[in-house]
Amino acid sequence: MSISVKTFDSAAEAARALIGDRTARFMGGGTLIMRDINEGEQSFSTILLAKDQALKQIHARGEQIVIGAGVTMAEILSSRELDFLHPAARSVGGPAIRNMATVGGNLFAAHPYGDLATALLTVDASLVLAGGEQGMPLADLLREREREPRPVVMSLTVTRPQQRAFRFKKVSRVKPKGVSLMTIAANLPQQAGRISGARIAYGSMGAAPMRVPAVEQALEGKTLDETGIAQAVTVATSGVEPPTDAIASTWYRHEVAPVHLKRLLLERAS
Amino acid sequence: MTKKPIQFKLNGADKAVFVDEGQNLLDVLRRGVGDLSPKYGCAQGTCGACTVLVDGEPYLSCLVLAQTMEGRQISTTAGLVVDGGVDPLQEAFMENFAAQCGFCTPGMLMAAKALLDRNPKPSREEVIEAISGNICRCTGYEPIINAILDAAGRGVGRRSA
Repeated sequence: MSISVKTFDSAAEAARALIGDRTARFMGGGTLIMRDINEGEQSFSTILLAKDQALKQIHARGEQIVIGAGVTMAEILSSRELDFLHPAARSVGGPAIRNMATVGGNLFAAHPYGDLATALLTVDASLVLAGGEQGMPLADLLREREREPRPVVMSLTVTRPQQRAFRFKKVSRVKPKGVSLMTIAANLPQQAGRISGARIAYGSMGAAPMRVPAVEQALEGKTLDETGIAQAVTVATSGVEPPTDAIASTWYRHEVAPVHLKRLLLERAS
Repeated sequence: MTKKPIQFKLNGADKAVFVDEGQNLLDVLRRGVGDLSPKYGCAQGTCGACTVLVDGEPYLSCLVLAQTMEGRQISTTAGLVVDGGVDPLQEAFMENFAAQCGFCTPGMLMAAKALLDRNPKPSREEVIEAISGNICRCTGYEPIINAILDAAGRGVGRRSA
């Protein structure tokens, strides 16, 4: 199929063009859309690009950090401001993919991808959309990300986690890099030795990365030790309906989720 | 289908070609300018056989929109040839039996070159990470890892950096 490419100076212009053309897709790093083109995907015929430098920004304002949607995984790994996200960014592909794959693209990466998006859910990521809405919670976008027209994400604002509060684990069958069987991100701030305001997110356990309220509630006010996390481990997959795919079955994901959650929670508490 | 003119440097030489909108860089390199060293593997960004360097950094050419390469410097395995002979990195691959069918080798070489140019004395773990996006179905990886460490020991990174 013939593809046409339109390049815009600003992401807002690209977003307007996207609204008016159901056959168009906005492209960031290309690791998703070029795959579709190579496969002969017929659902779009126009690629929209934006040269907007605002898409490449990383800047901190106190505990808040703004990350442009066009920032690559490699650029996250080069940023000291975003050191807490390094384990998540490093888990995405090899060095070549990380030079190309963007933050914005990861939000739209279909199951079982989206490891960075899983991590971003735990640091209260909110979005600025090109030419419009500000402050949209990332979780809202992930729930509706298949709806057309897809929005053009301009940037995300995240809150730096308390020191040593953030943990990340990607479980895969292939070492050192493989597709995620399950990804877990945890932000576990503590007050006087007890968890206060826990954020737990899973990737590859549903259609899109998700928060896990049952586990978060079970951790509230608890200590990070074997006894304190026991209830959270028992409700590890409460409200979660993991899919069966080529990597693992629904049954297997249900069985191993509590094991990996427990390991992550006790990782540094031991 | 609209053709777009682009110019870039390939292994130091100026190239000017017309590309189709939507065409990937791998296709332009192989069919447009006749550099057959990057291989067409999965076209999904999974195998790493098409790895090239863009401005010194590794990219998967099958996932690069060719028309975005205007003015960029692209390096492929074909450019490793030195005075008609092979590059010391390629010598290390040969001496360590790091290629069997050879299909992954150009991608492995470019991933290794990117590593050694940046980090002339990598650890074994850093080598494994550097080739983690490149699949080899023949060697079991150990000879490739050994070859890259061997090349580092010979100062390959320092020469090309």
